[in-house]
Amino acid sequence: MKHLRLTTFLVAAAMATGATTGAMAQQDGGRLDLIVQPEPPGLMLGLVQNGPTQMVAGQIYESLLRYNKDLEPQPSLAKEWEIAEDGMTYTFKLQEGVTWHDGEPFTSADVVFSTVFLQDNHARFRGAFSHVESVEAPDDLTIVIKMKEPYGPFINAFEAGSMPIVPKHIYEGTDYATNEMNNTPIGTGPYKFVEWEKGSFIHLTKNEDYYIDGLPHIDDLYYRVVPDAASRAVAFETGEVQVLPGGAVENWDVKRLTEMEGVCSTSDGWEFFAPHAWMWLNNREGPTSNKLFRQAVMYAMDREFVKDVVWNGYGTVPTGPVSSKTNFYSDDVPQYPHDPEKAKELLAEMGYDGTPVRLLPLPYGETWQRWAEAVKQNLEEVGIKVDIDSADVAGWNEKTANWDYDMAFTYLYQYGDPALGVARNYVESQIKKGSPWNNVEGYVNPEMDKMWEAAALEPDNAKRQEMYTTIQKQIVEDVPVAWLLEIEFPTIYRCNVKNLITTGIGLNDGLRDAWIEE
Amino acid sequence: MQIAGTILSRLFKAAITLLAIAILNFFLVHAAPGDPATVLAGEAGAADEQMIADLKARFGLDQPFHIQLARYVGNIVTLDLGYSFRQGQPVLDLILDRLPATLILTLTAFWISLLAGVALGVAASARVGKFTDTLITSVALLFYATPLYWAALMAVLVFSVQLGWLPGFGYETVGSGFSGLARAWDILKHLILPALTLGLFFMAVYMRMTRASMLEVAQQDFVKTARAKGLAPATIRRRHILRNALLPVVTLAGLQAGQLVGGAVLTETVFAWPGIGRLMFESLAARDYNTILGVFLVSAAMVIVFNILTDIVYRLIDPRIGHKA
Repeated sequence: MKHLRLTTFLVAAAMATGATTGAMAQQDGGRLDLIVQPEPPGLMLGLVQNGPTQMVAGQIYESLLRYNKDLEPQPSLAKEWEIAEDGMTYTFKLQEGVTWHDGEPFTSADVVFSTVFLQDNHARFRGAFSHVESVEAPDDLTIVIKMKEPYGPFINAFEAGSMPIVPKHIYEGTDYATNEMNNTPIGTGPYKFVEWEKGSFIHLTKNEDYYIDGLPHIDDLYYRVVPDAASRAVAFETGEVQVLPGGAVENWDVKRLTEMEGVCSTSDGWEFFAPHAWMWLNNREGPTSNKLFRQAVMYAMDREFVKDVVWNGYGTVPTGPVSSKTNFYSDDVPQYPHDPEKAKELLAEMGYDGTPVRLLPLPYGETWQRWAEAVKQNLEEVGIKVDIDSADVAGWNEKTANWDYDMAFTYLYQYGDPALGVARNYVESQIKKGSPWNNVEGYVNPEMDKMWEAAALEPDNAKRQEMYTTIQKQIVEDVPVAWLLEIEFPTIYRCNVKNLITTGIGLNDGLRDAWIEE
Repeated sequence: MQIAGTILSRLFKAAITLLAIAILNFFLVHAAPGDPATVLAGEAGAADEQMIADLKARFGLDQPFHIQLARYVGNIVTLDLGYSFRQGQPVLDLILDRLPATLILTLTAFWISLLAGVALGVAASARVGKFTDTLITSVALLFYATPLYWAALMAVLVFSVQLGWLPGFGYETVGSGFSGLARAWDILKHLILPALTLGLFFMAVYMRMTRASMLEVAQQDFVKTARAKGLAPATIRRRHILRNALLPVVTLAGLQAGQLVGGAVLTETVFAWPGIGRLMFESLAARDYNTILGVFLVSAAMVIVFNILTDIVYRLIDPRIGHKA
């Protein structure tokens, strides 16, 4: 658990995140080619928040804060910040001398405007800022946020993808969605947009006027669009691209590529997201509505095997709903080792009649297909009949959002705090047809609901931990969903690319500090 | 005169056909599960009802189905392909952006397969039953039977990864700053592998068809007559046999030409070629309705145009066609 409360101004010593030490050896210049997969629909981060957009636009746009791998806040557009003792006021001091890529000065008015802009366009922002009373700018370089109630995870809400600061002078008074400048995004970040040849590449170039002297180091970034996974592996092998972000190649290519000479890999840089994979078990109907059946599913699965074989050993088998990388994790929960006999006993106890269950894999490529097949085999070993039901991404959205499934694979980000990324999957108020990113399984536990709410609003971290520990224990007992894996997506890169992953969101904002050794 | 009249009436029928295709496409595309708003919201990894409602309103999906259909038909009648809300650009711009890359690829593949296929077919038929014939037909059979995807990957592995002769993917060297001839040469190098991969299958088909057709025509009475009056075998083959044998090949070429716009999805995907096939496939996965419908419509128009062109070529090769009517 990380300490989040600060009572005096934090003066972060000159951006030194530990990652930028050893400045002597750093070299400027060069060009870096990275894969972006799939091609993003747009780069205006305030309007589009999908993964590829965040990865590219995270170099163009910035937020008030960044987060290191321990999820501690670091300065970004805000150089200092203060949280009042009662958790009701957040004061940010902005960096001086920051300009937008078109030369206009950046001020606190842009921050205030961004909160208005995002209120209309960003679901996650709306959620976090629903606890905010007002956002004010007493002067050009100060932002004061007053809260309606103390909200523990609020300090985690200022990551670039969660709250990108957008230029007021371009968007104020326009129709945001159709503003022509969306195609040539203007931010404050270390790289500027140059060109996007649809279907081929996105070209960013060094922001010479960046407000941190000496950064960034690399002259040009090319995000290459290569739609076929095997071709992406070839692109890396031949040296056309030097960086494969997590998930860019199929898992069976990972081992071969990382064993090549001069190739490095790391699973760092996903701490903030902590992608957590599970199967929704439909709690409303069919065998999966029975708790004994759901527990049997947990015992039947050999999750270590999947981790070792399907995921090449990357990742961690989760103990419950909260990732071990997320704040307030607790391992004091019931355990579900691979135990087919125990699973059979539970099925006998519930009187399972052999009703087949439909299993919906995630349509994200071969890895996920194989994963579903491994689960099917495990379940059939204990006598559960499984039919694999397939769909493309849109069909998967449709089926899960409308609860038309028995078991369905998914994975979701946790954003550093259970209140931001975990609660939404287990509280009754988040049972909403039409979206696949909430309590899709239909788990109802009013007692836990109260505790989730209290924990989010509790200013004292020790008390929050206590409540989250209780919640985790109870939910793991009930098995509303079957937790599969804390996913680790290895980033594969040529070893002469240095300082690539320095924050909790990795490549999404890492190019600021990266450099290439000639 | 007569040709002009035929073309006019064909164009009129074509316009009606296109409209019918467009309406049918509209129903088909909307019948697929999901819609662009939920896909976009889904990709964001977080969504609330307001987000989905906002997106639907922005895309016009909150309107009743018949209003959406009426709007769409109204648009295409005025030659407006609509706006891709997902990509934030007019559909026509998206298509025109991608069209050159696709046409370079498919036209190159088309001519390679047609010329090489016919030449090989003629060569094989001239030496029927001999070693040359066996060699050509065996190789053609191999090309005919090889799955495109596999052939593409093998070509990349051999010529790009192992030998390093040719670039394995892409349309040109990114960020090279080439212009003029240097750029053309660069694109040509990138073009070779995908064009050959795409062309191999049809080359085999043309070869087999030409060979069979040549052998068949060679048995006919007018060829015997030509031989009897002492014409040189090469002249007979070129002027009498080949010209008649080409008709079925032209039919097939017309079919292939109809696929020039939409038929290279796999090749474009494996070689990361920024063409229209990929635009269609990706838009389909994202349920980007306007873009899919736009690509479908342009593809359908191409099929119709090439049907008309095929008919004209028939008349040029065989002047008897059209006079009978």
